[in-house]
Amino acid sequence: MGLSTFKGGIHPNDGKNLSKDKPIKAIFPKGDLVYPLSQHIGAPATPIVEKGQRVLEGEKIAEAGGFVSAPVYASVSGTVKAIEPRRVSVGDKVMSIVIENDGQYESVEYPKHKPYKDLTKDEIREIIKEAGIVGMGGAGFPTHVKLSPKEPEKIEYVIANCAECEPYLTSDYRRMLEEPEKLVEGMKIILQLFDNAKGILAVEDNKRDCIEILEKLTEKEKRISVKALKTKYPQGAERQLIYASTGRKINSKMLPADAGCVVNNVDTIVAVYHAVVEGKPLMHRIVTVTGDAIADPRNFIVRVGTDYAELIEEAGGFKKEPEKIISGGPMMGFAVFDVHVPVTKTSSALLCLTKDEVAKYEPTPCINCGKCVEVCPGRVVPSRLADYAEHSDQEKFVKCNGMECCECGCCSFICPAKRPLTQSIKSMRKMVLANRKK
Amino acid sequence: MSELKHVSSSPHIRSKITTSNIMLMVIIALLPATAVGIWNFRVSALMHVVVCVGTCVASEFIWEKLMHKKVTVNDYSAALTGLLLALNMPSSATWWMSALGSVFAIIVVKQIFGGLGQNFMNPALAARCFLLISFTGRMTNFTYDGVSTATPLAQLKSGETVNILDMVIGRIPGTIGETSAIALLIGAAVLVILGVIDLKIPGSYILSFVVFIILFGDHGFDLTYIVAHLAGGGLMLGAFFMATDYVTSPITAKGQIVYGILLGILTGIFRLFGGSAEGVSYAIIFSNLLVPLIDKVTMPKAFGMEEKGAKGNE
Repeated sequence: MGLSTFKGGIHPNDGKNLSKDKPIKAIFPKGDLVYPLSQHIGAPATPIVEKGQRVLEGEKIAEAGGFVSAPVYASVSGTVKAIEPRRVSVGDKVMSIVIENDGQYESVEYPKHKPYKDLTKDEIREIIKEAGIVGMGGAGFPTHVKLSPKEPEKIEYVIANCAECEPYLTSDYRRMLEEPEKLVEGMKIILQLFDNAKGILAVEDNKRDCIEILEKLTEKEKRISVKALKTKYPQGAERQLIYASTGRKINSKMLPADAGCVVNNVDTIVAVYHAVVEGKPLMHRIVTVTGDAIADPRNFIVRVGTDYAELIEEAGGFKKEPEKIISGGPMMGFAVFDVHVPVTKTSSALLCLTKDEVAKYEPTPCINCGKCVEVCPGRVVPSRLADYAEHSDQEKFVKCNGMECCECGCCSFICPAKRPLTQSIKSMRKMVLANRKK
Repeated sequence: MSELKHVSSSPHIRSKITTSNIMLMVIIALLPATAVGIWNFRVSALMHVVVCVGTCVASEFIWEKLMHKKVTVNDYSAALTGLLLALNMPSSATWWMSALGSVFAIIVVKQIFGGLGQNFMNPALAARCFLLISFTGRMTNFTYDGVSTATPLAQLKSGETVNILDMVIGRIPGTIGETSAIALLIGAAVLVILGVIDLKIPGSYILSFVVFIILFGDHGFDLTYIVAHLAGGGLMLGAFFMATDYVTSPITAKGQIVYGILLGILTGIFRLFGGSAEGVSYAIIFSNLLVPLIDKVTMPKAFGMEEKGAKGNE
């Protein structure tokens, strides 16, 4: 049987060997912790603490700003030092709560919930909402919203996104290897919300060991199966993942729920487990610190709010001067000016590269080779869309399905003329969306 | 803040493949055919290669200097155009015809329309057709071993028999680079293996051409006749090296197949019913003109929009 996949995609050098065999290590932050109030899609959270107030680990410091929003919790004990705009990894300044770490790690008493089998669906949703869980794969969409579709009985598949198709990233891999039972339990909790759903753990086949472990763990689970997917970028993109796992297709206007699917990332599902079983809100995440500039690439379990610079220090510092530092993977991550930005709920990696490949090449004219069309998982024509974008031709851009682009970056990667295709398309998409809001 | 790092929008990595190494690979893939051409037609073939490549590169350089544009001769595209033109010249043509053709290819067909990627016809073929029209006699006078003879395709057309083995190896009259089917196929195989070209265009071209001559060639399914048509004239050179020119072929998979079929039918019509024995060059430049139209009608359906009436985020 061939492995499930989608049409298009690329095979970049995956760089996972750097950190793949390094067990997850816990980090205790030394400096101040910064908690941006917008670590998710939706309304920013509202602070409920004041400057000078002492907080404990696990204490809520900001309340959700609406239904599509998520609360924020302190991940250390200490004093609120300031509530002010701070630079975050995407480059903006975002209102943040700054906490001075007292090094005591004194925590609140976590609530003890009933065994999850005895909880009602609404209770589970409420726990997840209160825990501030958001999509930890990168988008940061509040999980409780995802888990509350209009017609829950129509959900047929709950898919765990264990593809981890971004090069260099190994955080999900380590999680699956070290704590697979939490992933499976988390999946069972989510399945409890959807009576007619089956659970699929969709793993790329470069993680054979994970597939074996998960298969063994789910042997007796009638509702959960493991699906091996072909190793290819962007296998973990939501639409491509749904297609590879179930054969169903959705476009940009549809939600996974329209195809009877709910998709969650590995770390998100583990966070659900922590919230429901251990009563702990979302305060930690796994971050891969890697790249050819890092002395000792590793995977860390990090308290949200920790400064990136501390992670680099823990990974042995730089062995060579990095030219580019990326928060996230090389395909969809954000390049940062400098390392003093906080880890948020959606930071999956810190990648330090000694060479900036983008700066190395100068864009040359398009030679119409069609490679971008070949690799585009969205089946659009990136070179044309980029042309329309550069000429600000919004009408043609939308007509030629420019809004179907998922910004995966395959076209820019493959382009022999080194044209910034994804970049042009991205800016145009932003413009179209902004104009629609007017 | 110490020193600021580079920032740019994702993706942050790029594949190693560049325009210039694609062009270089095509040039390398043409070397077997060039070598056979030089061995076949001796020093005159070498002269045409040198004149065409030299003139093309020089024209591009001078034009870009005069126009204050960035000089792009190091992307090898001008050199490739020169080599292709040389391979499309009969060895008995004069050096100034090669030089004139090269200037026409680079200045008129390529640069005036905006340079690399902007031309709507394959420059080498457009130049060949320009020379064919301007100097019909000299451009269709083929000599082999010092004797002026008819090409196998012309012999085939007038009902004579041809030697298939000679045609496959390349011991026949014709333009410098088109005679040896085997040398061309070796080069084509290299390009396919390296992923520079795929078989969509050449495959649909050759297949539809074969079907066409079986149907209309008055020989039915006669293997000798079919092989003679495939190995004769510019079909191999055209199908693998000129029809696959990125700039002047459709961008989508479906469009490339439509384009290949169109080429096969046109070549068949020109060869069987046209005035001259050959038709590849005209078929390709004519089809080049239809590429924008083909592209327009073969735009792919976006992912998740295949179903009838599916509305995306418009």
